[in-house]
Amino acid sequence: MDIFLVEAIINGILLGGVLALLALGLNLIFGVIDVVWIAYADIVMCGMYVIYVLYTHYDVPLLFACLAGIAGMAAFGVAVHLLIIAPVLNSAPINQLLATGGLLFFLQSFATLLFGTDFRNIGVRLPVVEVASIYISFARLIAFLFGLIGAVALYLFLKRTYIGTAIRAVAQDRDIVGLMGIDQRRIYLATSAIGGALAGLAACLLVLQYDVHPFIGNTFGPVIFMICVLGGLGNMIGGFVASFIISQIIAIGGYYSNTELSYVLAFTMFIILMFVRPRGLFAR
Amino acid sequence: MLSLSAVSAGYGSFQVLFDVSLEVPRGEAVGVIGSNGAGKTTLMRVISGLIPLRAGTMTLEGLPLAGLPAHRIVEQGIAHVPEHRRLFPRLTVEENLRIGAFIPRARRRFAAQLDRVYALFPRLKERRQQPAGTLSGGEQQMCAIGRALMSDPKLLLLDEPSAGLAPLVVRQVFELIRRIRGEGLTVLIVEQNVQQVLDVVDRAYLLEVGAIRLAGTADELKGNRFIRQSYMGL
Repeated sequence: MDIFLVEAIINGILLGGVLALLALGLNLIFGVIDVVWIAYADIVMCGMYVIYVLYTHYDVPLLFACLAGIAGMAAFGVAVHLLIIAPVLNSAPINQLLATGGLLFFLQSFATLLFGTDFRNIGVRLPVVEVASIYISFARLIAFLFGLIGAVALYLFLKRTYIGTAIRAVAQDRDIVGLMGIDQRRIYLATSAIGGALAGLAACLLVLQYDVHPFIGNTFGPVIFMICVLGGLGNMIGGFVASFIISQIIAIGGYYSNTELSYVLAFTMFIILMFVRPRGLFAR
Repeated sequence: MLSLSAVSAGYGSFQVLFDVSLEVPRGEAVGVIGSNGAGKTTLMRVISGLIPLRAGTMTLEGLPLAGLPAHRIVEQGIAHVPEHRRLFPRLTVEENLRIGAFIPRARRRFAAQLDRVYALFPRLKERRQQPAGTLSGGEQQMCAIGRALMSDPKLLLLDEPSAGLAPLVVRQVFELIRRIRGEGLTVLIVEQNVQQVLDVVDRAYLLEVGAIRLAGTADELKGNRFIRQSYMGL
């Protein structure tokens, strides 16, 4: 097989790890709170700026800047819930979409105001490793590994802890969890914090590979939504698998044509799959 | 133990309960019977805090319950087995039971409570790793009762435990309720299955269009002509 095709496939798998992390966060929030955070990718953008500013302006070691980015986005997730979601929790879905859509424009404009539209990078260039004459970016490898670690940690949390089990219970029957002694509002806050933290973790992994600018959310936000819908909104395992399908389409498509066209290909495949399986590939 | 006095409640502009007063003494089993739409489920939902009461008072061992949200009422010692069981279908049997022990007091005694529930329902232990949605109707009812017992309640509320079950299974469920009573738990049970429920309770109330029409011991109600004609088809 063509060595460059192998490289493309490997890169696709590595890209899938980060996309899976974001798909898990978005699906978790949708499944539990029943709200779609349209601005999810822009929370990642905020996390990237936090890391960028701490690392380049305040000389915070990169590891601590990343931890601050994760903690900061967890807190930001809680704020998004309290300030934007909670007031419209019982409104029509279109109002909720408009509210989080408004947040998207607010965040992009606010970032433009603070940082301008320049592309900025943290100036860390990780090596490219060569394995059997295949070149693999170390930054992508790290991103993939931490993406998987994040996914496994989330799985264990949801499976093994009381709060995690309560989060899954709320997703299955929100109206009666009070009878179990569960305060729904606290579960919503915990879920928003986890969703924010996952966006923060994704920000750490992406800031190593890409320049940050106010509109970077637009480059992968639509892809994440496509993944979530393809896997079945709220279906975490479906979203996880769909991440790798989409990332392969993008990677292999990019190998045969170019990156722009590969996105067109991915969205075309998505539209076709939606005709075949309108409720997602893994609909129950 | 539980005391309701002149309770009114409803949904929006639709009033369901009108001046309902009832007493559940410690250690007794009390039944509320009535037909579909009489307000039985609403009564249960008011007691467990799922819907607010509009007027009247409600106390548990003298402490006021009115105004507390559902998750606080569980902490006071009331566990509610809802209508249609409402298990979390994609959680396993044991996860459902774990959720039942969510409040801190019950969490500390989780292992002991789990043993108690498994001793009461050996079938649940066999199926502990199975998703609750795959259980049979009777097993689901056991799991729902077990989940409520996990919070170590003083008072157990049972809403239509026989609904949707085969006659043989209904008899088993009532047998289990008798055993739970035997452990000294106080029980308030709402049922359409009048004949069976009057066999397990000490006292009962008849609820009609949201108001208490009759009250008495189980034997008194079994002998009452109106109940025999309208509710037992005798």
